[in-house]
Amino acid sequence: MGANETGIIGQSVRRKEDARFLTGAGQYTDDVTLPNQTHAYFLRSPHAHAKIRSIDTSKARTAPGVVAVYTGADLEGVNGLPCGWLITSVDGTAMKEPPHPVLAKGKVRYVGDHVALVVAETRSQAKDAAELIDVDYDVLPAVVNPVDALKPGAPQIHDEAPGNKCYTWSLGDKAAVDAAFAKAAHVTKLDLVNNRLIPNAIEPRAAVASYSRADEAYTLYVTSQNPHVERLLMTAFVLGLPEHKVRVIAPDVGGGFGSKIYLYAEETAMVWASKRVNRPIKWAAERSESFVSDAHGRDHVTHAELALDTDGKFLAMRVRTTAAMGAYLSTFASCIPTILYGTLLAGQYTTPAIHCEVTAVFTNTAPVDAYRGAGRPEATYVVERIVREAGVEMGIAQDEIRRRNFIRSFPYQTPVALSYDIGDYDQTLAGANELADVKGFPARKAEAAKRGKLRGLGYASYIEACGLAPSNVAGALGARAGLFEAGQVRVHPTGSVTVFTGSHSHGQGHETTFAQIVASKLGIPIDNVDIVHGDTGRVLFGMGTYGSRSLAVGGTAIVKALGKVVAKGKKIAAHLLEAAETDIEFEDGKFTVAGTDRSKTFGEIALTAYVPHNYPLDKLEPGLDETAFYDPTNFTYPAGTHICEVEIDPDTGVVRIASFSACDDFGNIINPMIVEGQVHGGLAQGIGQALLESCVYDADSGQLLTGSYMDYAMPRADDMPSFKVSTRVTPCTHNPLGAKGCGEAGAIGSPAALMNAVLDALAPLGVKHLDMPASPQRVWHAIQSAKAGA
Amino acid sequence: MYEVEYKQAKTVADAAALLAKTGGKPLAGGQSLIAAMKLRLAQPGTLVDLSGIADLHGIRREGDALVIGAMTRHAGIASSTEVKRAIPALAALAEGIGDRQVRNMGTIGGALANNDPAADWPAAVLALNATVVTGKRRLAAGDFFKGMYETALAADEIITAVSFPSPKKAAYVKFPNPASRFALVGVFVAQLADGSVRVAVTGAAPAVFRATGIEAALAKSFTADAAKAVKVDASGLNTDLHATAAYRAHLVSVMASRAVAACG
Amino acid sequence: MGIQIAMTVNGKAVDADVDPRTLLVDFLRINLGLTGTHVGCDTAQCGACTVHLNGRAIKACNVLAVQAQGAAIVTIEGLSPDGVLHPMQAAFKDCHGLQCGFCTPGMVMSALDLVERHPGADEATIREQLEGNLCRCTGYQNIVRAVQQGAAAMAK
Ligand SMILES: Cc1cc2nc3c(=O)[nH]c(=O)nc-3n(C[C@H](O)[C@H](O)[C@H](O)COP(=O)(O)OP(=O)(O)OC[C@H]3O[C@@H](n4cnc5c(N)ncnc54)[C@H](O)[C@@H]3O)c2cc1C
Ligand code: FES
Ligand code: FES
Repeated sequence: MGANETGIIGQSVRRKEDARFLTGAGQYTDDVTLPNQTHAYFLRSPHAHAKIRSIDTSKARTAPGVVAVYTGADLEGVNGLPCGWLITSVDGTAMKEPPHPVLAKGKVRYVGDHVALVVAETRSQAKDAAELIDVDYDVLPAVVNPVDALKPGAPQIHDEAPGNKCYTWSLGDKAAVDAAFAKAAHVTKLDLVNNRLIPNAIEPRAAVASYSRADEAYTLYVTSQNPHVERLLMTAFVLGLPEHKVRVIAPDVGGGFGSKIYLYAEETAMVWASKRVNRPIKWAAERSESFVSDAHGRDHVTHAELALDTDGKFLAMRVRTTAAMGAYLSTFASCIPTILYGTLLAGQYTTPAIHCEVTAVFTNTAPVDAYRGAGRPEATYVVERIVREAGVEMGIAQDEIRRRNFIRSFPYQTPVALSYDIGDYDQTLAGANELADVKGFPARKAEAAKRGKLRGLGYASYIEACGLAPSNVAGALGARAGLFEAGQVRVHPTGSVTVFTGSHSHGQGHETTFAQIVASKLGIPIDNVDIVHGDTGRVLFGMGTYGSRSLAVGGTAIVKALGKVVAKGKKIAAHLLEAAETDIEFEDGKFTVAGTDRSKTFGEIALTAYVPHNYPLDKLEPGLDETAFYDPTNFTYPAGTHICEVEIDPDTGVVRIASFSACDDFGNIINPMIVEGQVHGGLAQGIGQALLESCVYDADSGQLLTGSYMDYAMPRADDMPSFKVSTRVTPCTHNPLGAKGCGEAGAIGSPAALMNAVLDALAPLGVKHLDMPASPQRVWHAIQSAKAGA
Repeated sequence: MYEVEYKQAKTVADAAALLAKTGGKPLAGGQSLIAAMKLRLAQPGTLVDLSGIADLHGIRREGDALVIGAMTRHAGIASSTEVKRAIPALAALAEGIGDRQVRNMGTIGGALANNDPAADWPAAVLALNATVVTGKRRLAAGDFFKGMYETALAADEIITAVSFPSPKKAAYVKFPNPASRFALVGVFVAQLADGSVRVAVTGAAPAVFRATGIEAALAKSFTADAAKAVKVDASGLNTDLHATAAYRAHLVSVMASRAVAACG
Repeated sequence: MGIQIAMTVNGKAVDADVDPRTLLVDFLRINLGLTGTHVGCDTAQCGACTVHLNGRAIKACNVLAVQAQGAAIVTIEGLSPDGVLHPMQAAFKDCHGLQCGFCTPGMVMSALDLVERHPGADEATIREQLEGNLCRCTGYQNIVRAVQQGAAAMAK
């Protein structure tokens, strides 16, 4: 941090947004009520795969309160939903992009697929009427598992994608990997499933769409993490509307975790219909709808091999992954198991050669896209599970095998495209060892054994690539959008400030963190700073919040805009103080002529900018309102080590987390309280994946079996331990904040740490393998099979 | 939810008459019924709200028996000093139902009438050989539960109370479903006043049942080890996402042994 | 078609003619515009809709408005009528017990009931007693701390 900043950076400032959330004054999308509004209900496919022979909406159209009923046939001229990332297959062909209709045309491809939109006076009437729609389905066989979908004879989901294959992509030097394996002293092999998850932000998706004949413009309130991207995709790719005639507002959003990045069918259909019915339309998903229709996460099947020399040094890694895309390509689906996965397979290690091949597959399930961590948890899970396995097989302690392979010189070019700018993995490993009191583990294990319980300890040393991303690099890799961020700092005449950011907060606390940066850089009270986000009508542009990019990219854009404000302020000050611009220093909210006590406050400069009576009008425009765009020059690389200690009851298979320790390096930290909260939340999601959560479709019917909280095990307070967390700092070298991002780390490291602990605990019973989640019945059955096999 | 009529009853007779006339359903706490109606899984034309019937509320002693009114909420049972003194296992069971908010609304009568295969109360009623009292008759526990979501109740018959004879010892141990927290397997073990042992199991099969093998073992030796040593037959037990029949069978023995241990 | 109901909400008498199938949560949110009470599920499990009915926490999504006939209801909006945060609300802010804020009103209403039923609850009890409230953001740790801190502040 520069010297001229006040102490507010690095402080756990309590959040500015909390007062409204705590008093019920938050404004979430479902809280928005427009005059004369109607209500939407979507009729969804009850079948995983079926031809639609006919749809008869006549009874529904005349049902009480019904305003309109639309099916795919009505959406003439409306394009399908686009995918934002083009992946090219190893054979040079483009990925298969079958149409993704807003409302089904001719066929439905998953349970929950959108068949019709009913607009009525009330929600109940819309739902009642939807039951009167008569759809004649010709039910087809369905396939839900990505490996099964590749088998010969599997049901064909799209004509455009023979064999259900979307693409086969690879990364790395295959020949070098083969050569390394040929001379390896030891090879560890592992087959893994990364279980499918349902994001489950507690606020279900919702939208309110309206059209105004007065200015021929649309307004859409929607639960979105990135309203500008939503608008761009909807107007330019799907509806063909002028972008400036559509305002997208993402008001308070109740959690996203990826699931609210995407352009979904519901709001798209509603914007289209709002002009037809010429009344506002509101829709809020019932949770059962969220389960079937939100984009899911993960769903990988992987075979991995690690080659080692006699000292346990990694020589090469080989990874083959089959990744489910679901029935259609969601907005960023294609880049998750590739760009955000294959590139992370080096982990924290010097593995010199890595080759990864990913086959993306269509299945009769909800689309799969980014979910907290997106690709990076999957990569970490592969790397850290196989590293554990190798350590066990070679008799090398878990921390030792990691240390033997850590990268220690930076910048470091990995064999899978990324260049790590900085890190100190020994530090975070040592920090985690300390937090977890690893030295005391043998005693705790012995004590547990006396009680008939099994204790285990598991490590995961993860790395992630955050702060997406240099746009040109992303473009070369297939991105169809830029990945910069925009920030605007508007100084008002009285010196208070409104900042407009293209990042979006749905729990991250930007209104506080960003205000801390601004208050500190301008030397003004934090209460004089307001952060505005989530409204295309107020914010100039933005790519939104995901991939832990807000601070590193969005924050940097604001810092750059602040730099422009200060530069202009210096010009004004130089004029007022009759000094050379180069002699003006800005510190603690004051512009001072160097070496003198002659100064002007920030407020005086602001006022002068807007009341330019004594002002260099010939050289300088009045006003103080600056904008900056920032395109990152590299990813940022948060990293750390997580250690999980579990205790298992062999009688029931119940896994209890005895302790969970995380030592992370997020670079510089603006608000430690918020960062810790992000870590806690991420850990709970990662632990949820490893211990509780699993999205299961019936293999034959394609019905979602975990369609409510009755069957989908959401982490509750008593499933979680009190986490022990700490941080170490190596500041990011290529953004002015030195920040790396912290939003996803918890979810990335924790699944492997937990599963490694479970396997460690079960090892004495002969259990060698277990897939997530380590549910009681899975653990118990694993113990029984090990006993039977012994 | 589909359209529905709503009536309030002041007396049991009043409620029975309304049910007979409308073909509707009694509404107690609504924690199962409203939940089902919201998902459009239940569609009664009329709801007859029992909450205003004073006779259905409250907990009292009748000789050796503890009598709990049908409309008594789970939370009221959990915190009742009367229950804690007479049959503490019932207070503990009530405290383990759902969550605090559900316990503040849900009633013992509603839970029994609903007879969810994974509900907790049926295990207590069956193991303690309680009597279900209705507006028309008194039903022994063994005659009340008929199958999955099925009971001996007629459409216009209202549970008014449950009468639990005080046991020598009793305890309930529940292994919760990791998602719903209903019983994946719940075992209620009771040593009745006459010394006989009854073990009732919920969550494991389509309906609550008595684990006769464990009862026999415990009759010989009322110890945790005796219960654990019994191998329960998995045939007839449920297999679903969360547990195979074999796992459930195993859990029945383990939970029974823990319940015996909890009996002290 | 409707049924006439009357109750007090946050101390104010309200009456209305409602369709019997109206859920209490919809009555509060739509009829009364009290949108602080949220809906996060349709199986009565998430607790986002928690309000107090005659002093006890209940899930407003699983109760009909007609069942609240004559009752006293308190929602999140009723906790700080003069704009000063209730000690439990203040504790949530101080402990960073909320992120997106969507679960928060239900969490706070549930916490107040928890503190009343289990005075002096330890961490394990608080975790158990929060079974009826899901939060996807916080990992619960700071919520547990907030409940402890709020309870202590209320006891003063
Ligand atoms: C989130 C959640 C978690 C839960 N967890 C558990 C759990 O862990 N264990 C458990 O056992 N239960 C659980 N339940 C169910 C809960 O215990 C319900 O309260 C109970 O099953 C029904 O009681 P009720 O008073 O709410 O009845 P209602 O829902 O009002 O009625 C249920 C049925 O019984 C009938 N009925 C009600 N009262 C009478 C009567 N006096 N005479 C005749 N018929 C009557 C109704 O017509 C209806 O068919 C849970 C519920 C929810 C929502
Ligand atoms: S909305 Fe009431 S419990 Fe989820
Ligand atoms: S703060 Fe977002 S769900 Fe709890």
